[in-house]
Amino acid sequence: MLTKRIIPCFDVLDGRVVKHVGFLENRRDAGDPVALAKRYSDEGADELVLLDISASEEGRLATHRVVEEVAQQVNIPLTVGGGVATIDDVRALLLAGADKVSMNTGAVRNPQLIKEAAHRFGEQCVVVAIDANLNQTMGTYEVMIQGGKIGTGMEAVTWAKKAVDMGAGEILLTSFRQDGTREGFDLPLTRLVAAAVNVPVIASGGAGKKEHFFDVLTEGQADAALAASIFHFEETSIFQVKSHLRQKGVPIRWETA
Amino acid sequence: MIALLDLGIGNLSSVQSGFARAGGETVIVPSGEAWAHLLAGGAPIEGLVLPGVGAFGDAMFQLRTSGLLPVVRQMARDGKPVLGICLGMQLLLSISEEHGSHVGLGIIPGTVTRFPSTVKVPHMGWNNLVQVAHHPLLRDIKPGDYVYFVHSYRAQLQNEKHLLAAADYNGITVPAVIGKDNILGTQFHPEKSGRVGEVILRNFVQICIAAQVAEGRAPR
Repeated sequence: MLTKRIIPCFDVLDGRVVKHVGFLENRRDAGDPVALAKRYSDEGADELVLLDISASEEGRLATHRVVEEVAQQVNIPLTVGGGVATIDDVRALLLAGADKVSMNTGAVRNPQLIKEAAHRFGEQCVVVAIDANLNQTMGTYEVMIQGGKIGTGMEAVTWAKKAVDMGAGEILLTSFRQDGTREGFDLPLTRLVAAAVNVPVIASGGAGKKEHFFDVLTEGQADAALAASIFHFEETSIFQVKSHLRQKGVPIRWETA
Repeated sequence: MIALLDLGIGNLSSVQSGFARAGGETVIVPSGEAWAHLLAGGAPIEGLVLPGVGAFGDAMFQLRTSGLLPVVRQMARDGKPVLGICLGMQLLLSISEEHGSHVGLGIIPGTVTRFPSTVKVPHMGWNNLVQVAHHPLLRDIKPGDYVYFVHSYRAQLQNEKHLLAAADYNGITVPAVIGKDNILGTQFHPEKSGRVGEVILRNFVQICIAAQVAEGRAPR
């Protein structure tokens, strides 16, 4: 039986893991990416997501080196994203050792990028990341770009469906309003998108305790759940989350060795 | 030494790192010329890996234009262990319906078809293996061990005896490990399947060594 996945995520800035509350403020250093990747893998992480938030070319190259190192030392799948805007960016990350490449703003600005990447490298390695925020005026979830700074006026479900039509093999869905709050994943948003597309959906944003993972993987209908800070700062561990899910009957990968 | 065929795309470095962790020495072979050069240099090639990410048609095209297609056929005929991974496994079959209809290597009879839209496609994530036959490739694999899949198409074997292990995806049987004599394939990615995947890669290394011994050549 296919299992639900628990995915720790790192934001990497110039080769270091950083953690921040909300999209924009309060950055804190959270350690060495390779050491963290190994620790998570040992604890039972099902995949890793690494987001490059470097602004400079130099920082990006540092992050590519991190991707290479993590890919060499860790034997679970690795998704890398952050600033992916061209097919060459996709290729470079795959060559560095990423198994999947996540695109966000770049895909919104140029949806053909999804199609081209899916055609060249296969849809299984194309992840479209969607940052969504409840827009009171629109009365729906709006797609945000550039780390949540800019609203696009586009409705999240519509965009998710379009992205999948263009060749996205997976959707990484982040709730802007929940991100950093630790009050739980955005269940209505996740359910809306998961029900609308025929590819796996990773829910992100808002994880604060192990029960939240249960909620989003059952009621929220997500195929995977992603979190960053609660794992970095050891508020809960992947092992604890998976033990809880297992106890509650959610199918998860359980290593007995 | 195990030859990894480079079809231009795909996660070759991951496969290479995977074998390194499993104690297997590998060499990347990008073309028929490179292959000839290796053999002329006396490289002891004990086995072949056909990795694969990408589209079936493109991969077959690459195999042909790079001059690697005869390499696979030769190794298969010589009884050397060959392991296809993911798309590489699918290439071993007769025909694929991925984006049209493409002829495969036809070493193991069967077709490659897309998952029905009743399930989410790709079949992505960790699923457990149900072993249906004993095979050295599956040595030390315990019932229910999980491996990592990511694929939108699946094999449909003509002959059930070529099925070594399967996975169940919402009621659909996914051939997970297939084999015919020296030709083996895994639909999942052993190089990304944690500890269990490492065991499978190590088993393949052992199979390569055993084949050398059976040929009467001392393993290095």
